[in-house]
Amino acid sequence: MSDINTKTTPLLRLEHVGKEYYGNRVLSDISFSLMPGEILGLVGENGAGKSTLLNILFGMPVISSTGGYEGDIYIDGKVANFTTPNQALAAGIGMVHQEFSLIPGFTATENILLNREVLNGSVLSYVFSPRVSTLNRDAMNQRAIRAINTLGVSINPDMTVSEMPVGYKQFIEIAREIDRKNTRLLFLDEPTAVLTESEAEILLAALKKLARKGIAIVFISHRLNEIKDLCERIIILRDGKLITDVQSQDISTREIASLMVGRGIERPRISLEKSTDSTNPGANPQQQGKPKKIKLALRIEHLWVDMPGETVRDVSLDIRKGEIFGIGGLAGHGKLGIPNGIMGLYPAGGNVRLFGKKLKLNRPRSALNRKMAFVSEDRRSVGLLLDEALFWNVTFTAMQVQGRFLLGIPGIFQIRNELAMRKETRKFIEALDIKCTGTGQKAGELSGGNQQKLCLAKAFALRPEILLVCEPTRGIDIGAKTIVLNTLKEYNREHGTTIIITSSELEELRSVCDRVAIVGDGKIAGVLPATSPAEDFGMLMMGQKFLDPETVYGALPSENANANANS
Amino acid sequence: MIKNFIAKAGWPRIIIGLFLLSLFIAAPFVGVRVDTSLSNTLVRFGMNGVMVLAMIPMVQAGCGLNFGLPLGIIAGLLGATLSIEFNDKILALVLECVAKYNLAFMNEQFVIAHREAIGFASAMIIAVPIAAILGWFYGKLLNRVKGDEMMIATYVGFSSVSFMCIAWLLLPYKHPTMVWGYAGQGLRTTISVEGYWLHVLSDSLAINLNEHLYIPTGMLIFFAVMAILVWIFMKTKTGTAITAVGSNPDFARASGVNVDKMRTISVVLSTVLGAIGIIVYEQSFGFIQLYMGPFYMALPAVASVLLGGASVNKAGIVNVIVGTFLFQGILTMTPSVINSVLQTDMSEVIRLIVSNGMILYALTRRVRNGR
Repeated sequence: MSDINTKTTPLLRLEHVGKEYYGNRVLSDISFSLMPGEILGLVGENGAGKSTLLNILFGMPVISSTGGYEGDIYIDGKVANFTTPNQALAAGIGMVHQEFSLIPGFTATENILLNREVLNGSVLSYVFSPRVSTLNRDAMNQRAIRAINTLGVSINPDMTVSEMPVGYKQFIEIAREIDRKNTRLLFLDEPTAVLTESEAEILLAALKKLARKGIAIVFISHRLNEIKDLCERIIILRDGKLITDVQSQDISTREIASLMVGRGIERPRISLEKSTDSTNPGANPQQQGKPKKIKLALRIEHLWVDMPGETVRDVSLDIRKGEIFGIGGLAGHGKLGIPNGIMGLYPAGGNVRLFGKKLKLNRPRSALNRKMAFVSEDRRSVGLLLDEALFWNVTFTAMQVQGRFLLGIPGIFQIRNELAMRKETRKFIEALDIKCTGTGQKAGELSGGNQQKLCLAKAFALRPEILLVCEPTRGIDIGAKTIVLNTLKEYNREHGTTIIITSSELEELRSVCDRVAIVGDGKIAGVLPATSPAEDFGMLMMGQKFLDPETVYGALPSENANANANS
Repeated sequence: MIKNFIAKAGWPRIIIGLFLLSLFIAAPFVGVRVDTSLSNTLVRFGMNGVMVLAMIPMVQAGCGLNFGLPLGIIAGLLGATLSIEFNDKILALVLECVAKYNLAFMNEQFVIAHREAIGFASAMIIAVPIAAILGWFYGKLLNRVKGDEMMIATYVGFSSVSFMCIAWLLLPYKHPTMVWGYAGQGLRTTISVEGYWLHVLSDSLAINLNEHLYIPTGMLIFFAVMAILVWIFMKTKTGTAITAVGSNPDFARASGVNVDKMRTISVVLSTVLGAIGIIVYEQSFGFIQLYMGPFYMALPAVASVLLGGASVNKAGIVNVIVGTFLFQGILTMTPSVINSVLQTDMSEVIRLIVSNGMILYALTRRVRNGR
């Protein structure tokens, strides 16, 4: 930077900071600096390394307990190595977390001045310790009001936090940080996520005011407009690497989106099937008969799902028979709620039609009876019986739902047919290349990737017509990833099964799906053919309404044909 | 080979097994007859086996160890006392049926000759439906307290015993062998089953090699049949679903299994087995113990299955057989051997120390698999 010598030393400087968790690199070679009074926007997808970076800077114990970090951090030009948050606080770093850390039963004042209360001297406190002195409520209130006013809002300091709307709580959090006298550097982790638009505006104005007083701010948000509006400089992280460090006037939101999600505009196909994909272009079943009339497999109308952390508010989608449909979007916006709600695992409402017939929600059995299968995103606690043998895991659902793998008279006396169970399992172990000692091994002893394959085997054993797969590649290595995605594609082609994949990894969705829907805030932000440029998806994810009327819900265009032709 | 066996059996069982073996070896040197001891062990094994078996369904369904076993035992006690109260009427009813349908082998002499077995069967037939009904409510209750089943179960057991303490006094039993002599009402604390169905199972097909060695074949066969029935049940579609519910309820739910229903079935089954178990126990013991009798009955059963290598959410028939044999074996041998060594009569004290010590040991050894 050219103007670095015109000012004093930077407040914060990072040099080649990196971090590995158990051999898994999450952050590498991050270098940047921050001047007093500067507002820096930090953007990146989930898992890009933002939280890790914050954890390092704030000295969270999770960093030091996993072997510390690489590189150096300088504060005022001096090396700083925080091992506890208290050290970071002492150095003047304040942090506002995504989750509130307030005491609900305390008033605004008490929360803001927690552990920094204004005390009245007394004989007792003189004799014993300041801990027994009484509080000077008036002085405390004044200080709290001053801190709140700095933010440009008016909140009654005597209001208890539990009675406040979420927006107020966010302001109290920030007020607490700025009341600390030495705070010079403030980290805000998605502070506007819970605010209404007008509240967010007030907050942004307040932050600008703080910056003018010389406090440096690092601002994390998924709302690109806010970032553009507030920040002078923007840093984009992707896969743990610093991609760009630019002045915000030099970059458009569209460019930010594309840099965040994509590897450029060009679509890199993960080479899943080296030969078959290119030699057999008519692979997709819907193309074989040339879609004169596209059959609907699933019609979702106004679906809501009450899944904690993944609330679905109002989703309408049409999914065609035989296609691979992707659902993407940022974590917490409800993409996982859609399949979980359809399968009846969380309270849901709305209309779901399966091949034209209404599906009864809130009962897993009804979805399973209609030949739907589900691969849960939570394979350890929902997807598998970790304490049972592989052959139990693969065949259990099929046994309970479809009455297969049983001997005896149905309805009167049936005993499980372990031979048939093992045979079926052996078939899948071979087909999916599951590494195990045999069908009798316990599922909990397998590695993550093999467990994921086992989950797929369980779903395939149901011989589904519609397969819902959540986060099929989460936490598994590249090799297993390829096999899992390949298997899904092959299964779709061989059996004409409609597959709905929900994943946080956009690239993966774009490489296997025919169409991809992006979910934002519990609603469908848009549906695009997988061949659309990455930046279009990025814009949808960032809450930019970018709706091509041809591709959204309701219309059933033939754009899918071109989509496949492109590939 | 040996390593494999140790890994499979687990060190606790090997150590306790070796200790039991050493007691048997030491016994002749201190004047305790091995054959008598062995007989006693087998008798106790048969007496308690079914009640230990009652642990399996609930453990497999993830409801934890059935500390509420007294509830099933109470159903069994009701069946036992009612079978004695109405003994004459039941026999008359059976005779009437025999006369009416004129069955070839079931003539009057046959019925009279087997009146004890008929009394025993009637106790079972009365007890099982009562146990099923109580178990159903017990199951519904446990479904509301998921995660705290064992604590709640303990108090279900205790409170049902206390409730029945009142009921035993107030219920209008009239049979002279059972009610208090001076008042003519209210059941006695201990009721002899002699003349009704004492040793019906134990003595059928029993082997008496000499006056010391006695094998209660009938009772052991009965236990074996019950164990096989439970084993087969756990292999059925429902039994498989129950096991899956215990292993991972979320998985079971996602597979379309009605988790609460499976849990209720397992609790009903556990309670019914408890009822059958106590009747088997009484026919061998010779007495029906009312009032506080069932109060501590759950603990030896729980301890046995834990000693047998079961965990809080996995138990099998082998755990029951091994555990019951080890627990009852130690309980038989330790007092008699130590008594003879010390040359004083404190067998009851030693029995209490050993049994409670083993319960304590077993409870600390419980393992929670997974999760």
